[in-house]
Amino acid sequence: MHPLLKLLFVPIAAMLPMPALAALSIFATVPEWGALAQEIGGSAVDVYVATNALQDPHHVEAKPSLIARARKADLVIATGAELEVGWLPLVLQQAGNPKVLPGKPGYFEASAFVTTIERPTRLDRADGDVHPLGNPHIQTDPRNIARVAAALSARMAELDPADAAMFRERYAAFDTRWRASIARWQVQGERLRGVPVIVQHKAFSYLLEWLGMRETAALEPKPGVEPTAASLSEILAQQQRQPAKMVIRAAYQSDRASQWMAERAHIPAVALPFTVGGDAAARDLTSMFDDTITRLVDAASAGAVQ
Amino acid sequence: MHRWSMARAVMASALAWAPVAHAATDADIAQLRDEIRQLKESYETRVQALEARVKEAEAAANRAAQPREAVPVAATAAPPASNAAGSEPPSPSQPAASSDVARGAPGSSANAFNPAISAVLTGVYSNLSQDPNRYGLSGFALGDDVSPGRRGLGVGESEFTLAANVDHLFAGSLTVALTPANTVSVEEAYGLVTGLGNGLAPKFGRFFSAIGYQNEQHQHAWDFYDAPLAYQAFLGGQYSTDGLQLKWLAPTDEFVELGAELGNGDSFPGSERNRNGIGAASVFAHVGGDVGTSHSWRAGLSYLDTRADGRETTQFDAAGNLARNAFSGRSRIAAADFVWKYAPNGNAQQTNFKVQAEYFWRREHGDLTYDTDGAFGLTQTDAYSSSQSGGYLQGVWQFMPLWRAGARYDRLNPDAPDYGANAAFLTVPDFHPQRYTFMVDWTPSEFSRFRLQYARNQVRPDVIDSEWFLQYILTLGAHGAHRF
Repeated sequence: MHPLLKLLFVPIAAMLPMPALAALSIFATVPEWGALAQEIGGSAVDVYVATNALQDPHHVEAKPSLIARARKADLVIATGAELEVGWLPLVLQQAGNPKVLPGKPGYFEASAFVTTIERPTRLDRADGDVHPLGNPHIQTDPRNIARVAAALSARMAELDPADAAMFRERYAAFDTRWRASIARWQVQGERLRGVPVIVQHKAFSYLLEWLGMRETAALEPKPGVEPTAASLSEILAQQQRQPAKMVIRAAYQSDRASQWMAERAHIPAVALPFTVGGDAAARDLTSMFDDTITRLVDAASAGAVQ
Repeated sequence: MHRWSMARAVMASALAWAPVAHAATDADIAQLRDEIRQLKESYETRVQALEARVKEAEAAANRAAQPREAVPVAATAAPPASNAAGSEPPSPSQPAASSDVARGAPGSSANAFNPAISAVLTGVYSNLSQDPNRYGLSGFALGDDVSPGRRGLGVGESEFTLAANVDHLFAGSLTVALTPANTVSVEEAYGLVTGLGNGLAPKFGRFFSAIGYQNEQHQHAWDFYDAPLAYQAFLGGQYSTDGLQLKWLAPTDEFVELGAELGNGDSFPGSERNRNGIGAASVFAHVGGDVGTSHSWRAGLSYLDTRADGRETTQFDAAGNLARNAFSGRSRIAAADFVWKYAPNGNAQQTNFKVQAEYFWRREHGDLTYDTDGAFGLTQTDAYSSSQSGGYLQGVWQFMPLWRAGARYDRLNPDAPDYGANAAFLTVPDFHPQRYTFMVDWTPSEFSRFRLQYARNQVRPDVIDSEWFLQYILTLGAHGAHRF
């Protein structure tokens, strides 16, 4: 053996003896699906989350760490609708793990189980970062989470028959809790109905639809395009005619544009967790929505006082 | 919840007009109330039944969804292209088309299976203080593809990539380059075996070798306009091969990838030899991972063993003339590469920083023919051996959204090759070619980039080339891959 080869192989051989893991190994592209898989799977799953709440899930690179984790996954949970189009196909191609290729039971796309909105009627990159399959930020509506949970628990049961009964049980418990929570959030959010808001990125369309809020403008002149001084001024002018009560953004986005707007329009700028881990309060799916509703209601009250 | 409110609305309206219809004894009212209560109960039962059916339907949808996903996959699935190919190749999904197919939309004909298509358009304005036709690196023999390009305005290579799954076993990708000189070259054309598993991903055809770090990236994905000097000197700018690549990814949490390639060895530093069998072989190992949420890295070692038979090169001779030489013999290259990226909390959108370094060592043994074309009337062949090295270090900093700045330092060590009897013609003074490069680029979207680059190129004794490049890169079509 060439000495160079020896140098390469020996340390790797040392790393090889791997403990056989009984748990279902799950690779979730974004924190919300990781959290959901954990709710359903409990101790029978080993969940790896590829991104954190402070990352834009679209702008991620096919990092070596992601490829290594996808290699070992039994189940990849993606949002789909092209959210991960820039990196997940590349990760899966390099991982050499056919179990989790699209089309296999080990590949789960959450957006396939909900009705996406804002499907563009015109596909043109001149319109910015358009998603042909509709808005991919489906997790901001808890009813979507319920739909995905139903499908995901069935898929997990299929992949891990030994734990299927437990998955079904945990799903049923989660579903009951979740429906009660939705009812609670809807009561808490009742005062948000009809409240006009400005969003930084069209990341909250599902949330706004659920709560009956109205989006008067997006700070990004086109999806994924950074706001410019001119586009912001235009929205500020529109704000005089059609006053929004607050400007909202996701935790991972820069606060510059929304702060600019908030100061000039004298409305609160609200950073929403957007996903699990987006702020200190959003520790899991339930607390994420608790926190989201609280922040929105607080901002609406503050606006009312002003 | 909406179903509930609808039911309530129906009942409310029933309540609202019922009293009008009946003019009202107490008994009538009591009977009415009773009827309404019955109505309400019956609605509640029906709503509950409906909810139960919705749940069932959802469960059924899950089961059905699998096949439904599977359809897009056929068209979509493998992300073939993206990868290997380099940064850009489109990811192989055509979700729009495939989902229409899945939903039974009309008009899904043969075109529904069209591969993902993307094109890259590049162009440059070059201002070079030295004649690019007399480009050379002191002490090194360069292949014919190495040149800073023409002066003035010109388009660069235009590239087309088609990628798709072939069938249940293979994916394929084709990248064709249209050169400014109106020639067409097949840059990459390979098949991938998709279903092997166990971390194995074989590739066959023509592809950019996985040796080094930058070698696998297409030119438009580089952080600078031109290749590092070490790539120019040792790999002819970029090393591709026709052959077979086998990669294996270890089942570990850290990224550990081992690979080997067998090729025909036609491309520099090898040459076509008109032989059966394998012309070149390489092995490589990559390791990588994350440190916290903000840092990620990859490091690699590679080794290439190839042969040349009459490899034509250009080299400055002792008299300062550009001589045509030919090398026949064995060429072996070892390379070490390292890349480290920093983005606060892993969010590269606002700011990020990237450091990249590679170093190459090359040994060549064989015969060298000086002045092959007899331009100087001094054609002569004798033994030749060399042991040369060189590398580069570069950093690129995104200091605000859309804007990046970068610097690169290149250095080569010719290390006095043994020219044998050709020493009289070829020995040059002890000199280390080096280059300082600076660039700023603006990336208004994922699909376009403009770059201004300046290089102070000291590649020959007493000659300094100041190079300015203003470059654009436009990407059309399928979404490219965000390669690490």
